[in-house]
Amino acid sequence: MKTASAVIFEERKDQIYRKGDAPFDIACNKESLAGAVSQRACVFCGSRVVLYPIADALHLIHGPVGCAVYTWDIRGALSSGRQLHRLSFSTDLQEKDVIFGGEEKLYLALTELIDRHNPKAAFVYSTCIVGLIGDDLDSVCARVSKEKDVSVIPVQSEGFRGNKRAGYEAACKALFRLVGTGDTNNISPYSLNIMGDFNLAGEIWIIRDYFKRMGIEVVANITGDGRVDDIRRAHGAALNLVQCSGSTLDLAKMMEQSYDIPYMRVSYCGVEDMTESLYAVARFFGDLRIMERTEKLVKEELSVLYPKLREYRKVLAGKRAAIYVGGAFKAFSMVKTLRLLGMKVVMVGSQTGTREDYLELEEITDDGTIIVDDANPLELSAFIKEKDVDIFIGGVKERPIAYKMGVGFCDHNHERKEALEGFSGMLNFAREVHSTVMSPVWRFVPRRAEGGTGNANN
Amino acid sequence: MPTTENHYVSTTNACKLCRPIGACLAFRGVEGAVPFLHGSQGCATYMRRYIISHFREPMDIASSSLGEKNAVFGGSSNLKQGLKNVITKYGGKIVGVATTCLTETIGDDVPGIIREFRKEEKDLFAHEKAPLLVDVSTPSYAGTHMEGFHDAVKAMVDQVATKDGSTGRVNLLPGFVSPADIRYLKEILRAFGVSGIVLPDISETLDGPALLDYEKLPGGGTPISMIKSMGSSKATIEFGRTISGQDTAGRLLTTRHGVFLSQVGMPIGLRETDQFFSAMEEVSGNKTPCRHEKERGRLIDAYVDAHKYISGKRAVVYGEEDLVIGLTSFLAEIGIKPVLCASGGTSGRLEESIKSACGGIVEPPLVRDGIDFYDIAGEAESLKPDLFVGHSKGYRLARKLDVPLIRVGFPIHDRIGAQRVLHLGYRGAQSLLDRIVNAAIEKKQNDSPVGYGYM
Repeated sequence: MKTASAVIFEERKDQIYRKGDAPFDIACNKESLAGAVSQRACVFCGSRVVLYPIADALHLIHGPVGCAVYTWDIRGALSSGRQLHRLSFSTDLQEKDVIFGGEEKLYLALTELIDRHNPKAAFVYSTCIVGLIGDDLDSVCARVSKEKDVSVIPVQSEGFRGNKRAGYEAACKALFRLVGTGDTNNISPYSLNIMGDFNLAGEIWIIRDYFKRMGIEVVANITGDGRVDDIRRAHGAALNLVQCSGSTLDLAKMMEQSYDIPYMRVSYCGVEDMTESLYAVARFFGDLRIMERTEKLVKEELSVLYPKLREYRKVLAGKRAAIYVGGAFKAFSMVKTLRLLGMKVVMVGSQTGTREDYLELEEITDDGTIIVDDANPLELSAFIKEKDVDIFIGGVKERPIAYKMGVGFCDHNHERKEALEGFSGMLNFAREVHSTVMSPVWRFVPRRAEGGTGNANN
Repeated sequence: MPTTENHYVSTTNACKLCRPIGACLAFRGVEGAVPFLHGSQGCATYMRRYIISHFREPMDIASSSLGEKNAVFGGSSNLKQGLKNVITKYGGKIVGVATTCLTETIGDDVPGIIREFRKEEKDLFAHEKAPLLVDVSTPSYAGTHMEGFHDAVKAMVDQVATKDGSTGRVNLLPGFVSPADIRYLKEILRAFGVSGIVLPDISETLDGPALLDYEKLPGGGTPISMIKSMGSSKATIEFGRTISGQDTAGRLLTTRHGVFLSQVGMPIGLRETDQFFSAMEEVSGNKTPCRHEKERGRLIDAYVDAHKYISGKRAVVYGEEDLVIGLTSFLAEIGIKPVLCASGGTSGRLEESIKSACGGIVEPPLVRDGIDFYDIAGEAESLKPDLFVGHSKGYRLARKLDVPLIRVGFPIHDRIGAQRVLHLGYRGAQSLLDRIVNAAIEKKQNDSPVGYGYM
């Protein structure tokens, strides 16, 4: 059996921290180590993730076909209306375009697609190669914008210009070009924008319903079930709610600076964070009626949820979980949520967490917990083994690691088809965890079968 | 029916993947191999998840993780560091380095960098079990994943295979088929009493058992010693009508080492499989073994049992060119009328191959190459198809047209068991036949107002 130390690169040792071993310290926000098989993606991925759910915009990826084809309709970001975001548009650059430049092809493709789909706006994503051949995206976008009288917005998302975070920033800059261009008349003083929620499996609809019940108007979804016209008037809202690991934080900061709109970081995952987020919003508006409605809402939801959760807690108590997610912010909620189910988090990591994120994780986890930045399959598998985990919570790339070793898995990434936010989402989450952790199939995997290590208590 | 021109500049829902992913898939089929992409980190990650979602198996692809300064000054240092890391941590016996659009455009000289790396890291290469480094140029802006796949196979043969006497073995170059297909091909080789070398062999590397530990390098794959010896084999059988006559791995083994080459179509359906078995008889000197003759006989029997349920049904077939050609040949045999044969590939040989695959049984259908799903949708609606045969990216269109989709090829992202789909040979045809006919029967049953339960 390989041990964790045998698979950890010298260069990566300071990106792994074991709580209790030494005073907290972790390196992060570094470029991925070549040859280490990082689970990270690229700048383009960051931009695409943030902007993708805007369903009435055209998303044209300027580059060879790969970047478009690998991001075609792979996420569960639902739309209540148009479904333009589920199509994969590419300029499919060929060798001659690389040699002679792709501007003409981009112009023709954009014109053709705008004529065909009549989108509310168009985002044009730059890929690695575009940054190299020097296509002037800005001027092509400006030209088409003028000719077609529709906002055409370049997204500077060349893959090699950093990691996913840089892509978030590029997306926020693109979004900021829309904000402030719509009419803000008739927006309630009790209003907000939901940022950093992507309406996976309809989650933003759950959250919107809560705000409706509290008497608060949602101006724009940024970007789950997003609409261009809503984003244009987002600057009319009284508050920005930012979820997710900073994917839209830059936008909130820009809006604070330019429009004086305060922002608040929230999370809709898990009972504790969901409840606290709603109360924080109620406190922000300082209106007694809103607070009363919030209390009523929380009470109603919890009275339904808790008895059901207790059933799950009975059987899940003591099970060990590992978490590996894109952004660390989600991990905070996950740690609390799993604790509510009586489970122990023994490893938690993220692709792009910041020092502050990891510090907070250190504060809320138990001694012995492994905290890791920008991990890879060898490390993750070694940690799974060492900590003898019962469930791994992550995305598609982590799933085969868990399953191959005979460990349960819960998809908490963008592909998920189960809503995991809000109070109803908390119940779904418990059900998901239960369905995998308690499955009879683990009896037969080498890890739990006779001769395997670990306790055969499943 | 003539091929019509592509009308559009933009691509919507491409019916192809980019070139490097094909190379990664081919490298995965070699024992102890680490697929390695020289480019930015995103490429490796996107391709990993695309492949993982199909095979439901681990798929580690290393990357040189180039950043902005590398794009300006070249990726040499990252490539070297990455190679060193995968060799030391993964213990790769062979590292397959494929380029990407980024590194092709900045003009990195990968063979040159690898030569330098060997000189600089003498210790890594000073022993008997020194890792092999194979490089292949796979610019994403030219060709599709299938070119990348064939390029990687050819690069391995070019850079690894030698001739040292004669082993009497048979090389089999199947192209991109499923793990189940590869397992079956190996069974056929054994049945003919032939010692075969299948390159690549993803039968275990992308369809492995449940394990106690995560394997750094998945078990299985074509042994490197076998690839080395391919020049000493007596014959090569290579699948794929579109690559026949081209500068392929099989051709290289002929011109460089004098290995006899037999090129056949991808053996899907009765006639194409007959061709393959003839080739096997020729290179082995043995008759088709009895149990495979019987499988052939049962297949024909099943064709008869099934024919009325599918007679005259109209099919849209799409995917990789050689797969589409094989499927079209098979569909024609069972009385289904292919009405549109489509691929994102642009070998230029699809139309003539489809014509020959129809072999006078049915009128050649509309053939479209270099096509995307927007165009497929445009053509399909007026063709009134009864079924779709292709990978899972045609699902939304099939759903819109309310026709069953028979999932074959790659990717299958919305079902389990993609690695177990059998396409090739008499047995694969049997499995495809059952699935297609039952889908037609189920559709009729579902559409029936009385819901009959006997037929």
